[in-house]
Amino acid sequence: MYGNAYIETDGSKVHSIIADEDPIKLALFEARIAAGDKIEPKDWMPKEYRKQLIRMIEQHGHSEIIGSLPEGTWITRAPGFRRKLALMAKVQDEVGHAQLLYSAAETLGKSREDMTNDLINGKSKYSNVFNYPAPTWADSAIIAWLIDAGAIVNQLANSKGSYGPYCRALERICAEESFHLKYGHDNVVFLATGTPIQRQMVQNALHRWWEPIMHFFGPPDKSSQHSEILMRWKLKMGSNDSMRQTFLAMYVPKIWDLGLTLPDPNLRKNEESGFWEYTEPNWEVFKQVINGNGPCNKERLAVRRMAEEKGRWVRKALMNQGAMYVSPLS
Amino acid sequence: MIIQSLDPRISRARLDDQSCDGQLSEHEHFETFEVFQQVKRGTHHQHVGSLHAPNPEMAILFAKEQYCRRGKSVNLWVVKTSDVFVTDYEDADIFETTEDKKYRDPEAYKVMDRINAYKARLNP
Repeated sequence: MYGNAYIETDGSKVHSIIADEDPIKLALFEARIAAGDKIEPKDWMPKEYRKQLIRMIEQHGHSEIIGSLPEGTWITRAPGFRRKLALMAKVQDEVGHAQLLYSAAETLGKSREDMTNDLINGKSKYSNVFNYPAPTWADSAIIAWLIDAGAIVNQLANSKGSYGPYCRALERICAEESFHLKYGHDNVVFLATGTPIQRQMVQNALHRWWEPIMHFFGPPDKSSQHSEILMRWKLKMGSNDSMRQTFLAMYVPKIWDLGLTLPDPNLRKNEESGFWEYTEPNWEVFKQVINGNGPCNKERLAVRRMAEEKGRWVRKALMNQGAMYVSPLS
Repeated sequence: MIIQSLDPRISRARLDDQSCDGQLSEHEHFETFEVFQQVKRGTHHQHVGSLHAPNPEMAILFAKEQYCRRGKSVNLWVVKTSDVFVTDYEDADIFETTEDKKYRDPEAYKVMDRINAYKARLNP
């Protein structure tokens, strides 16, 4: 479950990003990508490509781990045994996705321990949406339907990217996410077509989640030379705004179809341009949440630290002292 | 500060929002294994990914959880990544002439033209 990479740039121009790269190797690398070929772990790659990929895949892995926490909260209280089983399966999938992604990031030279350290020390980022609480069962339904829907939009695009291990992980992930989406939709439809109280509950949850969902795809595009090169290298497969448009086009009609409302009076499809118009969400809130000041950031990291600390003795007991670490093959 | 959560289990754990009892040291997450899955008897084992495990027995257990949650599987192999010998992508030119060796393919042998020509010669 992941929106879009929060790629940080120092505003540097393309020529300074690739200034000290070997021009011949760079040309071969770019020709390979332009031809639709994939880059594999031991291939030569520009430093900036490696750096941005590690950041992207690592953020994605962290988002899967942290994303399982607000949903995991509902396992013990899921209404009915079948939903409990399904939710456990979904949460296990999310944690499994993190494993796949961490392995892909490791092929680029960052160790799993470094990634975990950077997460629990608050150095790495993850998707903004997981820093909000899920106060009712309907919130968990909205997460499973719409957050996973947003994630699929992003992940399908990124699975066509240029780095082999990331693409392979994403293909497996997308196949599993389709169950999450159907499961989430089923839960939302059940509540929306249920009693007035159930309907009100899902309506309230939808209003709570709308701003975080609009934030999910990242800030509006500013065309910069930097993002052009990331597109050329097929690191970024779609702009934040185009991912948001795809999501709105697919899911707003489904939401309205259930007679539910969204808290944006300006949200409508412009029939002439084909684009969806909306009120920009408050991007200052987004910045605050991403940088650690959302309602649940501290809780999420504290729970992740607890898992790491309380699991340490088990790992130590299993440790094979003579073992030699090698980063995964692909 | 102690974390207060909507989830009573988290509140009961009395987690400190600052605590961090040190960094993970390198390789505390074990070595890596490559996983090969066979989905049906009679088919090849296929590489499906990798994982971290302290020993082969645990690697099989994790592989089952990680790669066999859906669909059918009949068999699993795990191999230590460090035991896999690989070619270098930079040496991919060793495979380059393979496609030119058409004489290895059945399509390279077209006898019917010759047979028909022969028959035409016999019975003009």
